[in-house]
Amino acid sequence: MTTASGDNAARALHLDLYRMMTRIRAFEEAALYESGRGNVYGPLHACIGQEAIPAGLAPLLRPTDYVTSTHRGHGHALAKGADPQGMMAELFGRADGICRGKGGSQHIADFSVGMLGANGIVGAGYGIAAGAALRIRQAGRDDVSVVFFGDGAMARGTLHEVANICVLWKLPVLFVCEHNGFAQWVPSSENLCTDAVAGLMAGYGMPSRQVDGTDALAMHGCAAGFIADMRAGGGPAFIDARANRFHGHNSMDAQAYRSRDDVSRLRAEADPLALFRAATAAAGVLAAADMDPLDAAAEAEMRAAAEAALAGPWPDPADAWEDILAPRKAHAHG
Amino acid sequence: MAEMREITFREAVNEALREEMRRDPRILILGEDILPGGGVFGVHGGLDEEFPGRLLQTPIAEAGFVGMGVGAALAGGPVICEVMFADFMTVCMDEIINQAAKFRYMSGGQASVPLIVRAPCGMGRGVGAQHTQSFEALFAHIPGLKVAIPGTPAAAKGLLKSALRGDDPVVFLEYKGLYAMRGPVSDDPELLAEFGRGSVERPGRDVTLVASGTMLHKGLEVAAELAADGVDIEVIDPRCAAPIDHELILASVERTTRLVVADESVLECSLASEIAATVAERGFYSLDAPVRRVASPRMPKPFSPKLEPASLPQKADIAAAIREVLA
Ligand SMILES: Cc1ncc(C[n+]2csc(CCOP(=O)(O)OP(=O)(O)O)c2C)c(N)n1
Ligand SMILES: [Mg+2]
Repeated sequence: MTTASGDNAARALHLDLYRMMTRIRAFEEAALYESGRGNVYGPLHACIGQEAIPAGLAPLLRPTDYVTSTHRGHGHALAKGADPQGMMAELFGRADGICRGKGGSQHIADFSVGMLGANGIVGAGYGIAAGAALRIRQAGRDDVSVVFFGDGAMARGTLHEVANICVLWKLPVLFVCEHNGFAQWVPSSENLCTDAVAGLMAGYGMPSRQVDGTDALAMHGCAAGFIADMRAGGGPAFIDARANRFHGHNSMDAQAYRSRDDVSRLRAEADPLALFRAATAAAGVLAAADMDPLDAAAEAEMRAAAEAALAGPWPDPADAWEDILAPRKAHAHG
Repeated sequence: MAEMREITFREAVNEALREEMRRDPRILILGEDILPGGGVFGVHGGLDEEFPGRLLQTPIAEAGFVGMGVGAALAGGPVICEVMFADFMTVCMDEIINQAAKFRYMSGGQASVPLIVRAPCGMGRGVGAQHTQSFEALFAHIPGLKVAIPGTPAAAKGLLKSALRGDDPVVFLEYKGLYAMRGPVSDDPELLAEFGRGSVERPGRDVTLVASGTMLHKGLEVAAELAADGVDIEVIDPRCAAPIDHELILASVERTTRLVVADESVLECSLASEIAATVAERGFYSLDAPVRRVASPRMPKPFSPKLEPASLPQKADIAAAIREVLA
């Protein structure tokens, strides 16, 4: 489209995609910095290098859609609309954390926006996302459910069980594999029988595509088609999103399995933010002057989140006894 | 006016499902082979006709469909997953233990998981070691789960209805040997049974016998037989393995001063062990004799009809334990 309104829409979309990517990057950098200062409790799995995947989907998702996530879940939570300050406070183990300090990084969840949780169990998200999708269809809604998972998680049997049911029952589940080439320090070639995972999933009878997961626009375009089909009553689809993680598996990983040069090369060649900046400038949609303020705003937002989190209250030890079971209701009893 | 009828345990489960599905249109049932006949043990009879589209027959994928049960429960409303035999719950342990039981806690109270995983458990006939296990103690060990082991049709109906009106994940274990058993059950759709409340199935003065599942009925028979010898046994159905009604048991032991605990699961780390330990800890000075536990010996369930009885507590074992605490 070359109309003025089309240009405006494209510009707004580009701004949204870039804003989300830079916010995710800034959150992860602030969290890693605070982790280094000892303020984050426990390990931290940063998604730096993979931001374009959740950012590409973010503009397509409504609060009533569902997302399930992984141990590397901060980007998914932000893309679904979770509050970064509540997230940061959660990483710090504070009482005003989004999960009241009961979950931490690996269990970040915000049910108010349909973010059904990061998960400490690799491959647990498939069933949960599909069950949420079943609820959607039973209620006659046109919402969708997105399950993010790593290439390592493709080795889990739960994928087969759930993919089979989703196709049989035509459930609106978008499977998004964040194919970063590693499961902890094991390369994909030692973990999966094939690199062509989209082919594998096509075998279930679901539309499946490999996409450059460092390209937010490509992610957005591919997911837009799949999600539109699902909202119109279609069944599941699969995206093999290729990207790289620039940091270790987590904040405790010294990365003995790859060299500094490998990582520098990835940062130089496959940084989704840098690639986006170059592409959108070349296309004449956004200029550096449009994006620099977004970087600055994201950095300020996440610094403020960290400062606020640091000032937040610690939970009372007695809080450990809350939220184990539902509060008792009054019933007629026999 | 509510009426009491004699119905089977199977009918009681069916009635609970039917009444609650009428009341709450969100309730879904997922399970294998549940259509058209109502499942391997027939508890869903007639439900598909009354509630079309709400019973979903799944592929053989316990991890898949119980995981979906977690998601559907999180996304709003009660879900029942029937696992055909409790033994098969071993292939969906992550979904029950790491997911369903943990979500409320890990999310700081944001999430509710009203997921009921129903499964027939316990001894069968000629089905060997993989279709006969008792897992109440295994699940009772997990914070965040409630575990029902109703011993009577009334307990089954009342507890299942409570589970479906609650907001917690429940493992609901039905002893296969009880399905055909009859008992008095109210037709009042508002009558629920409280989780964590046991019931005194027979009052008595001399010995407290806490007996769950099939052991409840063996225990009641033993109590009737020993009554002829002048021994007055109080028989309690704990009804739930989590939470356990320790108060009811301790109060009973305070009166009788003697305790035998019988359950069908393997003795080591069993519900019987937990009850015995609690009474030893909190009711020691009430006791006039050491507590006795009667439970399955530590062996897989064998196949041959000549071997099966050796793997299961018999009435004679319960009677012997009672005589021992009275000696
Ligand atoms: C069931 C299970 N097995 C093993 C682990 C330990 N573990 C945590 S993350 C991880 C690697 C996952 O790799 P991948 O799915 O590719 O995700 P990535 O870390 O690359 O984002 C492993 C093995 C786990 N958490 N859960
Ligand atoms: Mg990976």
